[in-house]
Amino acid sequence: MPDTSPPPSIEVTDVTVAYNNGHIALRDATFTLGAGTICALVGVNGSGKSTLFKAIMGFLRPAKGRVRIAGATVEASRKRKLVAYVPQSEEVDWTFPVSVWDVVMMGRYGHMNFMRIPRAEDKRIAQECLERVGMGDFKDRQIGELSGGQKKRVFLARALAQRGRIMLLDEPFTGVDVQTESAIIELLRALREEGHIILVSTHNLGSVPEFCDQVVLVNRTVLAFGPTDQVFTEDNLSRAFGGVLRQFHFESSTIQENDGRTVKLLTDDERPLVFGRGGHLEYTNRQGREDLVKERAKEAGE
Amino acid sequence: MTDLFTPFHYEYMVKAILVSGLIGGVCAFLSCFITLKGWSLMGDALSHAVVPGVSLAWLLGLPFSVGAFVAGILAALSMGWVKNHSRLREDAVIGVVFTSFFALGLLLLSLYPSNLNLRTIIFGNILAISDPDILQVLIISALSILVLGVKWRDLLLYCFDESHARSIGLNTRFLHFLLLALLSATAVAALQTVGACLVVAMLVTPGATAYLLTDRFGKMLVIATITGTTCGVVGAYASYFLNGSTGGCIVVLQTLVFLVALVLAPKHGLLAARTQRRAAAAS
Repeated sequence: MPDTSPPPSIEVTDVTVAYNNGHIALRDATFTLGAGTICALVGVNGSGKSTLFKAIMGFLRPAKGRVRIAGATVEASRKRKLVAYVPQSEEVDWTFPVSVWDVVMMGRYGHMNFMRIPRAEDKRIAQECLERVGMGDFKDRQIGELSGGQKKRVFLARALAQRGRIMLLDEPFTGVDVQTESAIIELLRALREEGHIILVSTHNLGSVPEFCDQVVLVNRTVLAFGPTDQVFTEDNLSRAFGGVLRQFHFESSTIQENDGRTVKLLTDDERPLVFGRGGHLEYTNRQGREDLVKERAKEAGE
Repeated sequence: MTDLFTPFHYEYMVKAILVSGLIGGVCAFLSCFITLKGWSLMGDALSHAVVPGVSLAWLLGLPFSVGAFVAGILAALSMGWVKNHSRLREDAVIGVVFTSFFALGLLLLSLYPSNLNLRTIIFGNILAISDPDILQVLIISALSILVLGVKWRDLLLYCFDESHARSIGLNTRFLHFLLLALLSATAVAALQTVGACLVVAMLVTPGATAYLLTDRFGKMLVIATITGTTCGVVGAYASYFLNGSTGGCIVVLQTLVFLVALVLAPKHGLLAARTQRRAAAAS
């Protein structure tokens, strides 16, 4: 299906959000995202990540500043169902009597008539989206009977079925097994190739360099935004997280020179974030980053 | 044998049985949404909060259902307002608002007796329901069924995932208000059958029963409606032989069905849970 709509974009300009009780959740936040990106929204709890999400979805009206989606207002983008939201697992009532199929169909509601009776087209799209996330065989399951990873994939399928060009994911990897995590990342990369904007809110720092090409760092405002290797610096992160991050400094640890690069790093749940000498961001896989390796080798030679 | 047909010889019994069945069914249909949305307490509150409206409607010469409906909506709005403008938790707000409305209703009814006496409003008296009142019940039921028939999918999505509903452009404020309005309307209709005290049972128990019996919303609606209607009809019929309160009979019957489901439900019943625990321990 040829898509004639303008390429998606998110423009957040000087947005300040205040709650009824006068608490200011976000002050003068500014960033822009163009088509075809996976962008991480990183910050501690209460830093304004979900406030920013709500502002982009139009649930909160900024006291100051403005949000533009694909050049139009948030209200207009909502009418066009441009923004799809994948909720955190904790927000969903998993005992609710709906099947996987019902949930994916909810992604099509915005496209249906006022009685919400699905047409053949809606069913075809729902089926296609379920298969795309590898959940085609689970159509008739009640949503509570799924594993953590499967649950996530069902809600991703719903977002796909909505056919929004902008996808907001809230903590997509909590309670998800490693295989599903890579499957989800694969899917997000494919969507990026198709020109989607994917904004992922996370505090799993280690996964960010692995699949996000851009980062928005927030702490009550946007501290920095841009390409991951420029924004994800030790300096910026300590500004975003203050003293909250747990650290392990190799030079002051019992690791000796003769351990060399055979040191293994394990974490219980989240991926580790590793900085090399001089605060370089390090990636888990050399493959596809040959340039970076060469550059580092050159630095070492100097 | 012929004794079993005696209730049908009395017009008032036939009316009571039919009206109870209708109201039982409509309330049960709505109860699926109420239980899933977590509004059971709200249902209780609204069914009490409609009482001052009955009295005021009488004083103003309006049909009682109009006054009661307005009072219910006013109560719901005041709860929303107090909750948003104070630091109180929702249960405290509901508690304060609905008792205030109920107390006001008691006061008004004792000062200005209306065509429906206090006893009828609080405990219901379906056997003495007048034809104009039956007409009101019919109109409310027809409207509720119509609205639910057209909008049930939107309401379901609203109950399940409000954020998603909003993000695809559904008017969630409207849906919230619609559900409140339906709740008030059916509470008003059920008032004469079982009384303000027991309305909440009609608006919660069938949904709760059906929820235990199935994992599909469509089936839940069917099971709840059948349970609600059957209990309404059978309860009213049985009250003739027991010579007891009709409302009491209906709600006790609903509770019995609920208890059976609680114990025997194939997947979510107590027995099934025990079997599953044993199987898990054995493996």
